[in-house]
Amino acid sequence: MKIIVAGQSKEYREGITVKELLELEKVEAPLYVTVSLNEEFVPSAKVATTALKEGDKVEFIYFMGGGR
Amino acid sequence: MGLTNEQLERYSRHLILKEIGVSGQKKLLASKVLLIGAGGLGAPAAMYLAAAGIGKIGIVDDDVVDLSNLQRQIIHGTPDVGKPKVTSAKETLHDLNPEVEVEAIQEKATASNILSLIQNYDFIVDGTDNFPAKFLINDACVMAKKPFVHAGIIRFKGQIMTYVPGLGPCYRCVFRNPPPPEAVPTCRQAGVLGTMGGIIGSMEALETIKYLTGTGELLIGSLLTFDGLTMEWRKIKLPPARKDCAVCGEHPTLTTLVDYEEKACALR
Repeated sequence: MKIIVAGQSKEYREGITVKELLELEKVEAPLYVTVSLNEEFVPSAKVATTALKEGDKVEFIYFMGGGR
Repeated sequence: MGLTNEQLERYSRHLILKEIGVSGQKKLLASKVLLIGAGGLGAPAAMYLAAAGIGKIGIVDDDVVDLSNLQRQIIHGTPDVGKPKVTSAKETLHDLNPEVEVEAIQEKATASNILSLIQNYDFIVDGTDNFPAKFLINDACVMAKKPFVHAGIIRFKGQIMTYVPGLGPCYRCVFRNPPPPEAVPTCRQAGVLGTMGGIIGSMEALETIKYLTGTGELLIGSLLTFDGLTMEWRKIKLPPARKDCAVCGEHPTLTTLVDYEEKACALR
């Protein structure tokens, strides 16, 4: 199935969870990444249980702490 | 009151913009902007805001200029090493535009002073380098109903978003709580290309000028990200403000400010 991850359409196996997607995409420090699914926040408690479906739009929102 | 002949000349490139014009320039001249942090982000933001003719610029920073700052903090020069950053910044801004009033505040923004620091300013610019400070700015601005622009930079990447009270998610809606120290890389550990501060700090100045003049679309409810390696900008549409947000939600649980332990850039 196709999922749009960070604006790019990619092929993944059926029923993949948000947690598995974070692993497949090699997201750095995944515990501290905010995930939005179809422009809704995915609560951190539901990252492991939220299954994705065809056409879902996922964004990873990273902490960026530098600046001084 | 009209603009003086000198102002007509100094700001002439603004005045011919239909989005700014004389009325927009007068708004800038009457505005007060507070920058928290006079470093990688705050330096270029302060310089463009002073050049733009912001009436009063406040700069909060308790640090002194270090040689390792000069790779990105272009408001400071080599002879300024060892000088308080706010003093060095004030001197540069005065040279750039002497009609801007600069308030140099050599303090660290903390839970106990931030509300009084922001109270007399119209817009706040986050130029800090650690999560506790970024959450503190957010929480204080939400509580005091002040608009602010958040930004962060690391390596070749940057991000920026704007909060205007009542109009979109706050920083805490997006990021909930500061990550534990060392959980996510900091500039000091991971490095940052100096120009990232220029790019993203200038964007903060742009958001500030747009807010103050009522021009264009702000990054409210959007996070703009930039990857300097691929030269890709992405404007990520954020979910709406969380109803259960601890600070801006319907029933806030965070009603007094707290100082989180700051370790983000504590390694010298």
